[in-house]
Amino acid sequence: MTPLLEVTDLTVEFPTRRGTLRALDQVSFSIGAGEVLGVVGESGAGKSLTGAAIIGLLQPPGRIAGGTIRLEGERIDTLPPDRLRRIRGRRIGTIFQDPLTTLNPLYTIGRQLTETMRTHLPISESEARDRAIGWLDQVGIPAAAHRIDAYPHEFSGGMRQRVVIALALCAEPRLVVADEPTTALDVSVQAQIITLLKRLTRDHGTAVMLITHDMGVIAETADRVAVMYAGRIAEIGPVSDVIRNPAHPYSRGLMDSIPSMAHRAERLRQIDGAMPRLNAIPAGCAFNPRCPSVFDRCRSDRPVLLPAGNGQAACWLHG
Amino acid sequence: MLGFILSRVLQAIPVLLVVGLLSFVLFAYIGDPVSIMLGQDHTEAQRLALVAELGLDQPFLIRFGRFLMATVQGDFGISYRLAKPVGPLLASRLPATLELAVTATVLAFAAGVPMGVYTGIRANGLVARLVMIVSLIGVSLPTFLMGILLILVFAVGLGWLPSFGRGPVSAIGGWWTTGFSSWAGVRALILPAVTLGLFQMTMIMRLVRSEMLEVLRSDYVRFARARGLTDSAINFGHALKNTLVPVITIVGLQFGGIVAFSLVTETVFQWPGMGLLLVQSVASADIPVISAYLPLIALLFVTINLVVDLLYYAVDPRLRFSA
Repeated sequence: MTPLLEVTDLTVEFPTRRGTLRALDQVSFSIGAGEVLGVVGESGAGKSLTGAAIIGLLQPPGRIAGGTIRLEGERIDTLPPDRLRRIRGRRIGTIFQDPLTTLNPLYTIGRQLTETMRTHLPISESEARDRAIGWLDQVGIPAAAHRIDAYPHEFSGGMRQRVVIALALCAEPRLVVADEPTTALDVSVQAQIITLLKRLTRDHGTAVMLITHDMGVIAETADRVAVMYAGRIAEIGPVSDVIRNPAHPYSRGLMDSIPSMAHRAERLRQIDGAMPRLNAIPAGCAFNPRCPSVFDRCRSDRPVLLPAGNGQAACWLHG
Repeated sequence: MLGFILSRVLQAIPVLLVVGLLSFVLFAYIGDPVSIMLGQDHTEAQRLALVAELGLDQPFLIRFGRFLMATVQGDFGISYRLAKPVGPLLASRLPATLELAVTATVLAFAAGVPMGVYTGIRANGLVARLVMIVSLIGVSLPTFLMGILLILVFAVGLGWLPSFGRGPVSAIGGWWTTGFSSWAGVRALILPAVTLGLFQMTMIMRLVRSEMLEVLRSDYVRFARARGLTDSAINFGHALKNTLVPVITIVGLQFGGIVAFSLVTETVFQWPGMGLLLVQSVASADIPVISAYLPLIALLFVTINLVVDLLYYAVDPRLRFSA
């Protein structure tokens, strides 16, 4: 069966005056229908860039330099801009990080919802309005029929993110790219938003690519998880395996650095060193200078994704 | 809403009072109306009689109060130069200036906004870069030079358009005159309006462009793209509307400037408006006209500011609740 989204050897480059920077390097993964794939990694690992490449909204001069992106078997990375635009919102929805800035301040939320639906669906203005009220209701906006004519600034951050979720889902896409959907929110609101996102996507059978650096969110929400490091996928597998039994030394370091309520540690564990800059990625495995289990081959040969347990890891320990 | 308008009107009163004071000082202390009116041969008794008749022996505050009362009633005194009441004189010149200023602003807005949007969207395109370079000329060439150049090319060289005057005008409602009633009147309007509007147009264009560049980078435009909206919906619906608040401010203030300082253009084209009247009055030290012009322009600016505030109110919903 064809997966809903299949990304193969995706490479994204930024041409600069001092040479070309490779920000994503042969990233491959797939998402099945209705599946939630978590994507984790530290800042600059390429998580958001992967999402932007999929929806065709890389910021110039960034460009896809290689690989393919297929949506339901159809190749979408080479589509002309207008065909790709019709996919955005209709077949792939997007949720951004900061709900305070993602809504246009000058239009009512109702107008933004009906505009999105009428761009993609053959429905009348009044039907779009009815559906918009329905969506606001589904995302938990109280008195939706009344609030539909309110402007974004009349809502709190958490409420606005609910509106953003309604906007991402209103044309009923099969896939939603959620780029750090809770990072900008109050901790008390984060759980509500994640629960809402989980419930809605399950009810509508929508697959989610959930980009975050919050392992707690991943553990709670995702079916599978991809760990990214320096523009590459270090490990990908079922979420319980990656959390309990990480196969890549980087994932292991990441899991060890999560503070635990059970063990009172004096200091949090950390991975020594920092992720390499894009213009200084070492030969072989990008993680080798920081890796506790490094050996000769790691410094010369670049590991590909190898079977490890129930998942795959880009690590020679599994070669 | 009503409270908002009311508070703005109340705020305008001190401004107008200060301008009225300046205008009064100008009127009362520059030149000596008594010696102008009596000429050189007069007795001291005649002089004192006239001083008493004009009320010039009264205390300052009373004279200022009388001046204000007269001004509010539209009585600005008598022009020294033309020996006519200043109020009707200015009123007869107002239509020419307003017609010119409105035409220039409409032209500037109608051409400046689309060009600004275009150069903002295609910021790196060849045409956009060319337009930006040419627009530098519009910003930096002084108005009188531009007017003379246009006369040279279109009136003298090509002979397409008249080089001076307002052409035939027809009266509307007793006090307004318009040049739009005949083709000759419209033709006479073209060169002065282009001259007056060119600077505004290039400024609006550059302003819209820089605002567009800013807004197109914003998160909500990115999100609008992610929702798959069409380019035209994003550029003209979402982006342009967000650039309008600063543009409205500038266009409003510029319109006041156009009316107040159209004297250069009006002089170059011998346009029978208030600007030309002012220049002629200054040349012959016609103080009553000059001091009446001041509160009139102040009133115009205050009115424009109120209109601009109301437009903000219409464009940006965030202001409706905090106001």
